Amino acid sequence: MSCNGKVSQEAKIDTAEQASNSSRRPSEAEREWEEKVLKQALKSAPERLPGFSTTSGVPIERLYTPGDLADFDCERDLGDPGEFPYTRGIHPQMYRARLWTMRQFSGFGTPEDTNRRLHFLLDQGQTGLSIAFDLPTLMGYDSDHPFAEGEVGRCGVAVSSLADMETLLRGLPLERVTTSMTINSPAAMVWAMYLVAAEKSGADWKKISGTIQNDILKEYIAQKEFIFPPAPSMRLVVDSIVFAARETPRWNPISISGYHIREAGSTAIQELAFTLRDGIEYVEWVLRSGLGVDEFAPRLSFFFNSHNDLFEEVAKFRAARKVWAKVMRERFGARDPRSWRCRFHTQTAGCSLTAQQPYNNVIRTTIQALAGVLGGTQSLHTNSLDEAWALPTEQAATLALRTQQVLAHESGVADAVDPLAGSYFIEALTLRTERECYGYFDRIDSFGGMVAAIEKGFPQREIHDAAYAYQKAVERKEKFVVGVNEYVAEEERPIDLLIIDAGAAREQCRKLDALRKSRNNGRVQSSLDALSKAAGTTRNLMPDLLECVRAYATVGEMCDALRRVFGTYEEPAVA
Amino acid sequence: MTAPMNRHIRVLVAKPGLDGHDRGAKIVARALRDAGMEVIYTGLRQTPEQIVSAAVQEDVDAIGISILSGAHNTILPRIAELLRHAGLDDVLLVVGGIIPDEDVPGLKQAGVAAVFQPGASTGDIVDFIRSHVRPETPNAVASDE
Repeated sequence: MSCNGKVSQEAKIDTAEQASNSSRRPSEAEREWEEKVLKQALKSAPERLPGFSTTSGVPIERLYTPGDLADFDCERDLGDPGEFPYTRGIHPQMYRARLWTMRQFSGFGTPEDTNRRLHFLLDQGQTGLSIAFDLPTLMGYDSDHPFAEGEVGRCGVAVSSLADMETLLRGLPLERVTTSMTINSPAAMVWAMYLVAAEKSGADWKKISGTIQNDILKEYIAQKEFIFPPAPSMRLVVDSIVFAARETPRWNPISISGYHIREAGSTAIQELAFTLRDGIEYVEWVLRSGLGVDEFAPRLSFFFNSHNDLFEEVAKFRAARKVWAKVMRERFGARDPRSWRCRFHTQTAGCSLTAQQPYNNVIRTTIQALAGVLGGTQSLHTNSLDEAWALPTEQAATLALRTQQVLAHESGVADAVDPLAGSYFIEALTLRTERECYGYFDRIDSFGGMVAAIEKGFPQREIHDAAYAYQKAVERKEKFVVGVNEYVAEEERPIDLLIIDAGAAREQCRKLDALRKSRNNGRVQSSLDALSKAAGTTRNLMPDLLECVRAYATVGEMCDALRRVFGTYEEPAVA
Repeated sequence: MTAPMNRHIRVLVAKPGLDGHDRGAKIVARALRDAGMEVIYTGLRQTPEQIVSAAVQEDVDAIGISILSGAHNTILPRIAELLRHAGLDDVLLVVGGIIPDEDVPGLKQAGVAAVFQPGASTGDIVDFIRSHVRPETPNAVASDE
């Protein structure tokens, strides 16, 4: 063992009266200090607030000491880096061997616009790609669908067909760069497009690497970009995980995401618990398809949010690895250590950005990125200062990337593994986060699993309550937001914003029109018919989707073929 | 209580467009309710036609639109126009979301009474609706039950 366990031994010897924290056992010396020093200090210098709490509302004690780690066992709770339960990180050397992947999420306008931005970011030293799609694509509508009006290319890039995907990826080294795609309901369709585009460019499926988000559960819970009802949606997820296990050994067919749960207003613990419980749900569903756990679990990946409260976030990341490792080994009996490792991407918290005094967002993002790095993330996206208003300008996106480069190369924080380990505060917070995470697992298990809990509105209600409580705390000024409810500027100078003109929509519609005229429509129709037919059986849908894509069927057409069989999902309107 | 003189302010909270980010809409709906108003929440992805038809059906005094996708310049003028066609010129139309300063004058010209940008407080939204709903609304001050 790399640590000597002194903390836990000392704490275990002490059996003194317990404070408000039930597992807290302060030492004789500490109680003496409280009596002789602290009492006097509190009289002469009263504290700023009656009580302190994290961004998520977890109470923060004045001081953390060995007395807070009475239940902490160095070997059991910490372990070594790269070893079970991975609290200290999934690699033995962490960033000393290889820095995290700097992966800026990017996408706007036409595939040509975004292709230019992707090349620009690689030229600036970015090390992985991450593509944002527009709302019509995310919802399975083509750019020329009436529902797409006003939305084409606005929140991401418009991709309706293989032709668009080929344009989007033009000139990118697909066997060398990893590509992450934020796509959920139509993930299998868009992934099929990526696979065919890669194949046509000569890249080997066995060598390409990247991630599709493909996390439908968090759509029902938080982001609400769903198309089909839960059961057929889960079937599409399972089909893509099974297909990936066979055909694309280096691809992550899912990125189980807490990011959007947090953005919807959850606490850090809810983010962690709902995300990992979603992970459990996916594992259970894939196991039912007949695959062995170690055949697919090593390719499951995660995606977390990093908010302002530095220590709370670091504790969350550390607890995530520990809980997932135990779940995989103990709940599912996974034997392959790769199945135990919680590999995750981190994005700084979009919901923490303020429209007021936008330059303050650079500071927030830096703190959040620091938390991701101290928490041992595998890849990182840093938000741009202008994103409370719009998609980022090139200049703002560059500054966000530079923030990561300064952290990596100048701050020194990447040079020692898990540098906060052993901090009484961090270890106590990590233990607490872990404990409360299991508490949520029990509640969700009692519903009969996450799909059932979602259908009862449980996670949605928990998140909404937390979001409302936070909003009220800000409005009562129990929580300060600099530039919004305190330190407000009389007048603000506007910043330059990225403008996406309607030309992108017109251009997309023109190209789609030309495509629909030039392709072999007989082949399109027969591939779509085959897809509908397969949807009515239990066979894996990926081969049929690939055939549709090769025929240049559009995202909208493929989704429509499945809408006819699966139906669509309407969320009960509860507010 | 004798209706309609003591009727509460009725507000339709709606989310048009494809965007599913409903944190803001649900917080505002709850805050209006906590302030004593009657709130009807449409749920996600309502077309302008569905929103206006719900407004007619529910006989609301105000409509609060939440939109974060950038499609506001397309969607809001259409809602305003449909409201005029339906003879609901006196229904207060307000919007909240990610709406840049330069789009605000155009939206106001189209018939939007107020634009609540990021960082707006629910208190401001409640106050604005209370003080701007149609004057003939009986008992325009919401009760605090």
